[in-house]
Amino acid sequence: MELIVNLVINGLATGMLIFLLAAGLTLIFGLMDVLNFAHGGLFVWGAYAGIFTYMYTESFLIGIIGALVAGAILGLLTEKFIITPVYGNHIQQILITLGLMLVLQEMIKVVFGPNGVSVKTPSYLAGSWEFGDVIIIKYRLFIIVVGFVIFGIFQYMLKRTKIGLIVRAGVQDKEMAQALGIHIKQVFLYVFMVGATLAALSGMLMAPYSGVIYAEMGMEYAILGFIVVVIGGMGSFSGSLLAAILVGLAGSFMAYYVPVLSLAVNMILMAIVLIFRPQGLFTIGKERST
Amino acid sequence: MMNTLLKLHDVHTHIGQYHILQGVNFEAMEGQVSVLLGRNGAGKTTTLKTIMGLTPASQGDVQFQMQSIKKSPTHKVAKLGIGYVPENQGIFSDLTVEENMKVAMRKEDTAAMERQQYVLELFPDLKKFWKKAGGHLSGGQKQMLSMARAFINDSQLILIDEPSKGLAPIVVEKVMEAIVEMKKQTSIVLVEQNFMMASRIGDTYTLIDDGKTVHSGNMKELIQNEELKRKYLGIG
Ligand SMILES: Nc1ncnc2c1ncn2[C@@H]1O[C@H](COP(=O)(O)OP(=O)(O)OP(=O)(O)O)[C@@H](O)[C@H]1O
Ligand SMILES: [Mg+2]
Repeated sequence: MELIVNLVINGLATGMLIFLLAAGLTLIFGLMDVLNFAHGGLFVWGAYAGIFTYMYTESFLIGIIGALVAGAILGLLTEKFIITPVYGNHIQQILITLGLMLVLQEMIKVVFGPNGVSVKTPSYLAGSWEFGDVIIIKYRLFIIVVGFVIFGIFQYMLKRTKIGLIVRAGVQDKEMAQALGIHIKQVFLYVFMVGATLAALSGMLMAPYSGVIYAEMGMEYAILGFIVVVIGGMGSFSGSLLAAILVGLAGSFMAYYVPVLSLAVNMILMAIVLIFRPQGLFTIGKERST
Repeated sequence: MMNTLLKLHDVHTHIGQYHILQGVNFEAMEGQVSVLLGRNGAGKTTTLKTIMGLTPASQGDVQFQMQSIKKSPTHKVAKLGIGYVPENQGIFSDLTVEENMKVAMRKEDTAAMERQQYVLELFPDLKKFWKKAGGHLSGGQKQMLSMARAFINDSQLILIDEPSKGLAPIVVEKVMEAIVEMKKQTSIVLVEQNFMMASRIGDTYTLIDDGKTVHSGNMKELIQNEELKRKYLGIG
């Protein structure tokens, strides 16, 4: 029983970090029909910018703000200069964003040095609570809470606010949204920036969790993010949450029970979903952007 | 005295490599229903899309209230006061009727609320299905929602593309009554194949053929001109 609880908490925490990464991807795909392979680059820049701010100011909170700012600025620049010319062309999007991904990754080495940086959890989030044999690591619980809070905020924004309505309308029919006076290009830019900010936040929160940050981590986690988006259904927000939790839990349980399979399990999950439900667990159109 | 609200002068529009509009001239007067007529594929829808900036004109000029809007992006054209009811109605199917109205409403002030009240009286069905998803409405209800949505922003001009298409005669009658009612508050450009409808509510007509304006004038003249009707509309 204790073991199960521990594995579940591990799985949920990993799942939430992947969700934050995938949420940005799926928003960007769902609204803008853009395949952003540079998402991992935004993730790793969020981690580095955030952690260096944290080390410099000795405040984890200011570090998080640093990550968010870095994500927003990179998102702005990426949308304006890289994405704008390739709207509507998936092949070009994949090529140019993959290129950007590599550039962002190498720039990390140039700016912050080629070696990994070890990261300490801030003291008030370090350690654990023990209830009998159940050990709850505080930082993991923190990540889970942040993940659910962000999911809640976005669900509320999408379903209950005018901005959410505009985004959902834009996803469904860009031309009509414009004909109603909505400046869709600007909406696109904001959505891209929000997606980039989520990726950066995910990278920042990942850092104390894995204990070390390194340039290649962006690519590694971005792949998980893509798997989650495919499993959850391209463009579906709640699908991403479910799929991310699924991937997190599968990874955590497999690592314990069948360690040899723990790396393959996500690919296997994705393959199963693609075979039986190629549109993903949640379908765009019915559950789009919710 | 009557003012020209919208004026298209020798408009050409390319879509990709195709030269679709090849000289459209068209005027819409304040307070009138101006009808665009022409056979299938003549370029009526493209003319409306060109006005909205969805397929911008490559040559000629489009003027609204004496200002050129030829180069204005679609959202600016809408904000200047032109509402659009497209051929496929353009209802956001995942959004409820209420949300469709809300997303269209640019200012949520008392004037907008009054206009909403007014359209709901015009189209009681919308009130009945207020919380229903747009995608689940009938064709006629979608048409009414689309018209209501265009009306909600105090538009000076509303472009309506074939509102009678695919609707039962009794629903067409309702849509027609609604347009006559809306005309009291706004000017209308109507694309309509149903000549009975077009001739009953239209004040002026413009005939488009093969992407060019070939004739225009008062609707009364067209009603009596059997030759024009036969040649360009295949009726009479
Ligand atoms: N996106 C497009 N690409 C290529 N050709 C197009 C496109 N849209 C319209 N056309 C062509 O432009 C011409 C005019 O089309 P348009 O839709 O404006 O006609 P219409 O008068 O509205 O016809 P209908 O009465 O059938 O609605 C047609 O020949 C059509 O095939
Ligand atoms: Mg048409």
